[in-house]
Amino acid sequence: MRKVPLFPRTVNRDIRRREIDRGRKRRIRLVTALAAAVVLVAALAYTSFSAASEARSPSQLLRSAVPGRSYDLTGVVVPGYRRAGDLLIFRVRDRRGTASLPVRYRGEVPDPFRAGREVIVSVRKQRGTFVGQRDSLVTKCPSKFKAEAPA
Amino acid sequence: MLTFARACLTLALLTAGWGVYASMRAARSREERWAASGRRALYAVAALLVTDFALLESAFVRSDFSVAVVARHASTTTPPFYRATAIWSSQEGSLLLWAMLLALWSTLAVRLAARRLPRATPWATATLLSVALFFVALSVFWANPFQLLDPAPPEGAGLEPLLRHPAMMFHPPLLYSGYTMSIVPFAFAVGALIARQVDVRWTHVVRRFALGGWMLLGLGMLLGSRWSWTELGWGGYWAWDPVENAALMPWLTATAFVHSTILFQRRGLLKAWTVGLAIATGVLALLGTFLVRSGLLTSIHAFGASTLGAPFVAFIALVLVASTLLMLARTGDLAPEHRLRSLWSREGLLVANNVLLVGLCLVVLWGTFFPVISEAVTGSKASVGPPWFERYTVPLAIAVVAVSGLASLMAWQSGTRHGTWRTIFVPLLAALAVTTALAALPGVTSSPPSLALFGAAAFVIVASTGQLVRAVRTRRLATRERTPLALTRVIQRNRRRYGGYLVHVGVAVLLIGVAASSGFERVRDVRLGMGQHARVGGYEISYRRATGTLSREKVALGAVLDVTRQGHHVTTLQPTRGYYPNLDVSAGPISRFFNGESTSAIGLRPSLGSDLWAAIQPDIHPLQPLMSDADKRFLVASPNVQALVVAGLVARYEDKPPPAVFRVIVAPLVEWIWLGGIVAIAGGVIAIWPSGLAALLLRLPARLRPYLRRFRPATS
Repeated sequence: MRKVPLFPRTVNRDIRRREIDRGRKRRIRLVTALAAAVVLVAALAYTSFSAASEARSPSQLLRSAVPGRSYDLTGVVVPGYRRAGDLLIFRVRDRRGTASLPVRYRGEVPDPFRAGREVIVSVRKQRGTFVGQRDSLVTKCPSKFKAEAPA
Repeated sequence: MLTFARACLTLALLTAGWGVYASMRAARSREERWAASGRRALYAVAALLVTDFALLESAFVRSDFSVAVVARHASTTTPPFYRATAIWSSQEGSLLLWAMLLALWSTLAVRLAARRLPRATPWATATLLSVALFFVALSVFWANPFQLLDPAPPEGAGLEPLLRHPAMMFHPPLLYSGYTMSIVPFAFAVGALIARQVDVRWTHVVRRFALGGWMLLGLGMLLGSRWSWTELGWGGYWAWDPVENAALMPWLTATAFVHSTILFQRRGLLKAWTVGLAIATGVLALLGTFLVRSGLLTSIHAFGASTLGAPFVAFIALVLVASTLLMLARTGDLAPEHRLRSLWSREGLLVANNVLLVGLCLVVLWGTFFPVISEAVTGSKASVGPPWFERYTVPLAIAVVAVSGLASLMAWQSGTRHGTWRTIFVPLLAALAVTTALAALPGVTSSPPSLALFGAAAFVIVASTGQLVRAVRTRRLATRERTPLALTRVIQRNRRRYGGYLVHVGVAVLLIGVAASSGFERVRDVRLGMGQHARVGGYEISYRRATGTLSREKVALGAVLDVTRQGHHVTTLQPTRGYYPNLDVSAGPISRFFNGESTSAIGLRPSLGSDLWAAIQPDIHPLQPLMSDADKRFLVASPNVQALVVAGLVARYEDKPPPAVFRVIVAPLVEWIWLGGIVAIAGGVIAIWPSGLAALLLRLPARLRPYLRRFRPATS
């Protein structure tokens, strides 16, 4: 028996064309979304690597600090820090070790800052000393979940 | 009693294990008795953990220093309120609290869902109990809160002074509640996937939990930021610290999830995306809990490298891999029921908003984990600071705000161009008017992102309130009700919609506060002697006199600052710095009162216009020789005599104060952050409020009357 088409041929052709258009639209949207995602990831990667400052311990900085370059110095405040006006002069030592370096810092000093506390400060080497970037001093909040003492 | 507590904890572990087995067996065999056994196991775990928490809480309240965790985090001098809440400042107590909250929310969710989702609920129960099992196992094997000290010390170490702030006491439990509530949608998404019941029903069950988790995480972050602003001496409320980001990430995906469920429920769109968001929020909640305990990332919070890192990493990796594989295995079930017809429609803009929110989350995730990424790529740890975060988050936030306002105005499917233009005309005009008016003010154009955010926020506020006004007007015309009644009825009839609009308004107000305070804040660090003055943001700050007080808890040194503007007195600020005694007596019997922990008490004049904020860093070095001398002289003196000497030193400081360093901040509209937060939370409460609950509460006395009659004393 001969099959009778449900719609005239021209209508079928229109429906097919619309489906093709929709399929193409979906593909375009997918490609656009993927391209946007790739651009975002590339931008994130590029800007983060170029804007990041390296975290360094005192011993690492003593070995290989490039003058003028910014580093995130992390370590423990050595007892005997002092203030001279708004200048804070202190030494930071390795978390596990004795190597230490002097830091001259101006700016906001966090409440928990004191000897024995872990700090992070952005520093640049200038004429043999390390100068902290203003307001970059961060002292770890001694609040809770402290690291367990090594056995 | 502690033996009983430990037994309860072990029993909770075993019961959770049994519950996982029974629920999985129920899911496979579809036998109700196994499902009921799994549910009962969950209820029992909740009861056991509540008992454990109550016992630990009682040890804190009673200052029972035989319990190690109490001795480390409380003392008899800690005020009772802080002693009661010090429980979650410890690793052990916070893990117990986490597990207890999870068990409680799970109990509620499973009870509500058991009949509505008979096939998916046993799998969800098994998932919820597996997470609970992990946390109880941590408490039993790694961080047991019921470890004894023998002999018990006479005094405890006390609560960290920085944490003695009311906001800080509610901040952790709120965050934990948010994290744990976010596990519920995750578990039901997993359950629906395994049971191949991925229709809209599971989203109906978890919607309130998702919204509740979103609200609690938001409230927790708001309280944390308030604490930071009013308690910490650095003068900020957000620092893009990993621990802050840990709460922000699940909040962002939860926001996206709440919106994607609307699309899924109403239009059958974004099925896979919605499931993915529920899973992502759950995983990020676990990741957030892990981040604060791992020591993996450098944070201002000293959540050092504890031994919990390895089990946490293993568990999160397992959850992530298993969920991803499950989603891949169910690709066929996750095909959308309908396709998006037009991007220029409400659903199209909601999709765009979802993408923007997830993009925001990815930016925060990347920046937070960048130290780990950079170490893996270059071999050295490097981190990105707030400027990097702001470069991406500010434009994305502006886009999210603008698109959310636009989406609320658009018609579903596709509206006519004329109709769309008519609805967006007024809000758009308002946004342009606000932007132009603000741009005309001096200095405002110096921060284009802030200006753009003001415009976008104005658009959202006018769009959302406009919708409500239109609905009220229509109802009044139809019913002739008075405006307040019509407003109440309109909101009552569609809580979800109008609650959502209120949330949009709240978030817009919050972002206005963020934009104004970050873009136009004036900060100055000045060194002032008594009688000297400095100018900050149009205000004249004068150091009138020094203050000093000695209490049982601490020594507080501070200053009285007079603030004037154009010759008129504005306010008086009294910033102080509190010095808590060092418990190490070798620091010197007198010196130890000054070289323990120290915290700032901020001098603050809050207002809707701008906050005046001042912190002081007193210079106590001139007192140092006197302290050293007193250390030698009063080495063996009685505590009363030592206290008199300290009081003398305080008086000396008050009398002849050396110049002190002050940080003064004038922050415009910063209070709008918390005001907007409150509005958003209120919107969330309206949206989450169960229909008929008010009526049920009103009917409750009548329902209880027959029962109460039984207890009425018999009359002769």
